[in-house]
Amino acid sequence: MIRSEILKEIAPIIRDHLVVCNIGLPSQELHMIDDQPTNFYMLGTMGLSSSIGFGLALAQDKPVISIDGDGSVLTNLGTLPTIANNATGNYTLLIIDNGSYGSTGDQPTYAGRKTSLTAVATACGCENVVEVQDKDLGPVLQAAIDSDQMTIIVCKCDSGNIKLPVITMDPVVIKHRFMQAVAS
Amino acid sequence: MNLDKKICDDLVANDVSFVTTVPCKQLAGVIEEVDQRDEIFHIPSNKEDEGMGLCAGAFMGGRRSAIIMQNTAIGVTINTLATLTQYYRMPLPMIISYRGELREPVACQVEMAVHTKALLNQMNIPTYHFHWQKDIEEFDNILKYTFMCNKPVAILTDANFWGGYGDQ
Repeated sequence: MIRSEILKEIAPIIRDHLVVCNIGLPSQELHMIDDQPTNFYMLGTMGLSSSIGFGLALAQDKPVISIDGDGSVLTNLGTLPTIANNATGNYTLLIIDNGSYGSTGDQPTYAGRKTSLTAVATACGCENVVEVQDKDLGPVLQAAIDSDQMTIIVCKCDSGNIKLPVITMDPVVIKHRFMQAVAS
Repeated sequence: MNLDKKICDDLVANDVSFVTTVPCKQLAGVIEEVDQRDEIFHIPSNKEDEGMGLCAGAFMGGRRSAIIMQNTAIGVTINTLATLTQYYRMPLPMIISYRGELREPVACQVEMAVHTKALLNQMNIPTYHFHWQKDIEEFDNILKYTFMCNKPVAILTDANFWGGYGDQ
């Protein structure tokens, strides 16, 4: 499965929850598949989906899912110790690990070679790290959301992209409706 | 005057309850004070752009946030300031140790100091420079201004403000 197929499959699971979605194609795909006010689309700032989602989870009680990619996590590896050492049960970090920088033309990442993000997250002190194959993600993600324990999911999948338009929604509108959803 | 206590008192009085920090020698006292305050959730960051991400999330979660960092980090946070904090219009008080200014003992610190105000100016980030201890009197107003205008705002605090480096 490629990332867009995974997002289609998990859309019903994440629909009613706060989602911080990674820059580029992941946000564009989620926006096209199931746009929700509970989705915060990153239009820039590669690497910070995990940090933004984690700050959100620490600030309030609702479940938060950060959808990140292997390339983006590699950009901001330093946040994994921060997440591990301040763990909060309402946070799930979903790393869609297709071993490539999808939004920039599928150049290979080191996560697709020798580097295991599962092992990295564990070594950083994250206590509940699950590596899962794409087709098995749904139940694992649902369990992570339902659990009182913070979970890091590394979902291994194929690289590949679909053609789709950019998000033209104004960033302030994205933020405003998201904050209203958070507060509701 | 206890500057560390005054900074934290003003943060709390302005409902700032989420503070991330990246250490600097000049900021050791205020970081310790932040850590001890029950009203403030303190989360150390490993890098300042990560910290700005945490602050953005906390802000959207309904908590006013702030970052405490060194001016050298302006060099690594330009993209985050432009594409996250400014693009989505989020308030962010940045309490910054202004290394490389008067009474600085480490020459290399001057290399980023000479760029600090120019970069902040280029980013259209409102910038205040605390050089004398009495300048802290403006801090409360700066916080109110930050949350009024929904912008990142820089407060540069130099070695003279903090009382120098002792025997160095």
